[in-house]
Amino acid sequence: MSDYEHYEALVVGAGPGGAAAAATFANYGIETLVLERGVEAGSKNVSGGLIYAEESAPYTIDDLFPGFREAAAERPITKYRIHNIAGDKVESFDLTDLHEHDTEWSDSVLRRKMDSWLEDRVHERTRETGGGLLTGVHVNGLLREEGRIVGVTLDELDPITADIIVAADGVNSELARDAGLMDWDEPDEWFQGVKAVVDMPEDTIADRFDVAEDEGAAHLFSGDLFEGVRGGGFLYTNRDTLSLGTVFHLDSLVAEQAEPHELLDGLLTHPLLAQWLGDDYTELEYSAKLVPDSKKVALREPHFGRLLLVGDAAGQMQAQGPIIKGMNHAVTAGALAAESYAQAKSRNEPEKAGTRYARKLRNEGVMKKLRPRGYELLRGVAEDDGVTNVVDTVLTSAVGRAGVRALSGRLERLYNVPTLSALMPDTRTPYVTLPTVIAEELGTRVRDESSVTPPDLEARIGGLTYDTDIGSPHITLRDESYEASGAAVAACPVSAVDFGGGCYREEVVRTNGSEERVVSLDTQPCVECGTCAVVADTDWSHPRGDKGVEFKWG
Amino acid sequence: MHMVVLTKGVPDFREGQVSFDEDGHLERGKTPTVMNPNDRFALEAALQTRVRHGGRVSVMSMGPPGYKEVLQEAMETVYADDLHLVSDREMAAADTWATAITLSAGIETLGEPDVVFAGFKTADGETGHTGPQTNWCLDMPLVTHVISLDIDEEAGTLRAKRLVEGDIEEIETVETELPAFVVADPEFEPSYRTAGERLTLKDLREETRARAQNYEEHLTVRDHADINVDPDYIGLDGSPTIVSSVDPIPKAPAEREATMVDPDDTGAMQDVLTAMQSAVGDGDAGDAAAAGGD
Ligand SMILES: Cc1cc2nc3c(=O)[nH]c(=O)nc-3n(C[C@H](O)[C@H](O)[C@H](O)COP(=O)(O)OP(=O)(O)OC[C@H]3O[C@@H](n4cnc5c(N)ncnc54)[C@H](O)[C@@H]3O)c2cc1C
Ligand SMILES: Cc1cc2nc3c(=O)[nH]c(=O)nc-3n(C[C@H](O)[C@H](O)[C@H](O)COP(=O)(O)OP(=O)(O)OC[C@H]3O[C@@H](n4cnc5c(N)ncnc54)[C@H](O)[C@@H]3O)c2cc1C
Ligand code: SF4
Repeated sequence: MSDYEHYEALVVGAGPGGAAAAATFANYGIETLVLERGVEAGSKNVSGGLIYAEESAPYTIDDLFPGFREAAAERPITKYRIHNIAGDKVESFDLTDLHEHDTEWSDSVLRRKMDSWLEDRVHERTRETGGGLLTGVHVNGLLREEGRIVGVTLDELDPITADIIVAADGVNSELARDAGLMDWDEPDEWFQGVKAVVDMPEDTIADRFDVAEDEGAAHLFSGDLFEGVRGGGFLYTNRDTLSLGTVFHLDSLVAEQAEPHELLDGLLTHPLLAQWLGDDYTELEYSAKLVPDSKKVALREPHFGRLLLVGDAAGQMQAQGPIIKGMNHAVTAGALAAESYAQAKSRNEPEKAGTRYARKLRNEGVMKKLRPRGYELLRGVAEDDGVTNVVDTVLTSAVGRAGVRALSGRLERLYNVPTLSALMPDTRTPYVTLPTVIAEELGTRVRDESSVTPPDLEARIGGLTYDTDIGSPHITLRDESYEASGAAVAACPVSAVDFGGGCYREEVVRTNGSEERVVSLDTQPCVECGTCAVVADTDWSHPRGDKGVEFKWG
Repeated sequence: MHMVVLTKGVPDFREGQVSFDEDGHLERGKTPTVMNPNDRFALEAALQTRVRHGGRVSVMSMGPPGYKEVLQEAMETVYADDLHLVSDREMAAADTWATAITLSAGIETLGEPDVVFAGFKTADGETGHTGPQTNWCLDMPLVTHVISLDIDEEAGTLRAKRLVEGDIEEIETVETELPAFVVADPEFEPSYRTAGERLTLKDLREETRARAQNYEEHLTVRDHADINVDPDYIGLDGSPTIVSSVDPIPKAPAEREATMVDPDDTGAMQDVLTAMQSAVGDGDAGDAAAAGGD
């Protein structure tokens, strides 16, 4: 063995998954080092976001971090509605039952505030074990000896070895990819989330959303307002800001060649939102990030030797119909992973930490939520294009419309059935067709007019803080042909066709009388969302520690 | 390891801070005093040594009472343990030689440090003499232009890389015994390649935050009697060099005449447009404006 610096446990990433793992290791007195690439935990992170404490979960964030809700969260979410939209017709359902199902509490959060609060707690507790938390360090791969994983390599530090390594490095986990547990090849395995944080005084929020100080509202949007792209929109109230955004299936985004920022604008400027946004729209931050679809990518055995994967890195991000649950599962998994190692070690079989962790994920019911069995069974039929077409045709026909009308009284209740929403097939039917038909048949016309003018892409990029790593781009194009990488021009949330100031641009190269369509890449405005890792042919990694974009809100 | 770092206060020459009178003389009273920017590298070198080997860092300055804040700034930078100001009227108007005498005497009252660090040059005096001259009094091995540093505590040696500038830049590696005197080059780059070092750095930062708030509790002010020097050897009396005069360097004449135009003043803007038109020699103002905005 070489004389590398050694810690008993290494945790890569200080999001909710990493924080939970580190706190649990510390509870067992295990020497733990946490490595985070951002200038501060949270500076790289984006979520909607509502964090759930599920009644059935073995660990919740406030179990591990007492005082979390008071210090790190925004508002408890007490109202939960979904709006089915067709043009300016809207039919709204109250989904508070679904939201409250298996829910002890659910709070809106902003990630910079939340994660940096967790960072301080984690550093304090892991420091007592002889380790601690470091920011500004980017783990760039696994360290192997004789083919076995023994540690990690970093841009800023010499390699470090450990007895156990928890990869909590989020979506586009470089460690999961290095271990061969994840590839970034299939757009249909991912969602792309895009978000705007909007300034709004507390009393205006109270007024417009009819919420008291300790209450908050969540509104979801689906139907025909997103150019047929499968996905939906959200609006959550924070203390004195709003989080608004969209989450779309990446394959659908690519197929429709939709521009993410325009889809977001479609939501922001819809007349339904005028009642909440008023005429004083001030956008504080634009951000984006990929989100794994656990139904397809949650690893059944998220471990390899000494490496345990938790949270987004393991694909543990559950889209329960319109409800997005990633942070809570990352917390549970992080704690279970650390606990598994501690228990395996006390039995003198630390090498069994991984299988123990996978077993716990099953026995605690986490796996069932992430990969519902019914979905697997249904998927073959329900996601068949032919079936979708038939269902959609029926639904939009007079018969289907009559059915929707006949069901009208019961639709809201059906939407509230947790098992149904968990099984929602990944087709345009539930995302687009059904909500549109519902709105058309049952909806009422919105009379308001929107006066919201969202900033253009250039202003959005200009509003972000970057520490660009000039001269060493973190992403390079492996294949610059349009066929291989052209999809990124539209799909990259800070690029657009005919916009020169983004990351991806289309260019035409003329050589010897022939013309070739190629794409070029400039990583300066990159928000590190991960999209082009999947939809283009790139060598993709995160920037070095402290470098790249810095989100102030998240 | 005991380290002493020398630092001096200088006028803040940054745009917007510094002010000059009509004759181009610096107005000290109106310009805030800050820590000499180059001293940061000396402080960084000391900090790195401390992070790697543990021990204590003292910071010393000779200067007026106003240098206390400079010492506070140094404490925040280097996470220093204790601050030392040598100050009294007898020391006023010292040249670099008298400064060196004073500083070396001051250092000797702190015991026998393992390494003394100085910066390369100050932003005002800019002689670069003070470090080497101070060391001439202390009589330790001297290493200047240091860009990186390694200490072997067991062997009691210091190994440093020096930047030697000439026709071509060379990097020279030298080794010497401790105690030693180090002058840090502005190219000095601290390096913390282990997690352990970075965690220690974080601890020090945390500890210092509280200490720097009450820095005066960690500050000792000494006069010439305290450091045991004869007033004839310090200050003006001890200074063999006399500055006979200071001449402002005349400004290069502006090559073009410029007129300020308020963009909201439509009349003035119309004049600009007319001027542009005649310059372009074309009657179409729209074209000229479009070409200008391209
Ligand atoms: C628009 C949007 C809306 C969402 N809405 C919700 C919601 O409402 N509710 C919900 O529960 N979830 C939501 N999610 C999903 C949720 O954000 C994630 O599931 C969750 O953050 C996963 O937590 P994690 O700890 O696994 O990873 P992350 O929170 O992504 O943390 C990973 C950490 O690792 C760091 N890191 C990454 N790579 C490295 C490296 N190589 N070296 C060092 N550090 C590294 C990162 O900087 C980051 O701090 C949403 C996501 C998006 C994008
Ligand atoms: C000819 C001459 C006459 C002068 N006359 C006067 C005068 O009449 N009145 C007056 O106020 N000043 C006077 N000075 C300025 C004063 O002597 C110098 O500021 C001082 O000696 C430091 O020299 P320097 O600024 O060139 O520093 P440098 O030699 O360039 O500094 C190198 C390093 O030495 C250390 N150092 C320098 N000065 C100090 C200090 N005071 N305390 C601790 N560490 C230090 C720092 O680490 C610094 O980075 C005079 C200087 C000269 C050269
Ligand atoms: S360049 Fe790639 S990772 Fe960066 S913002 Fe665009 S799609 Fe996302």
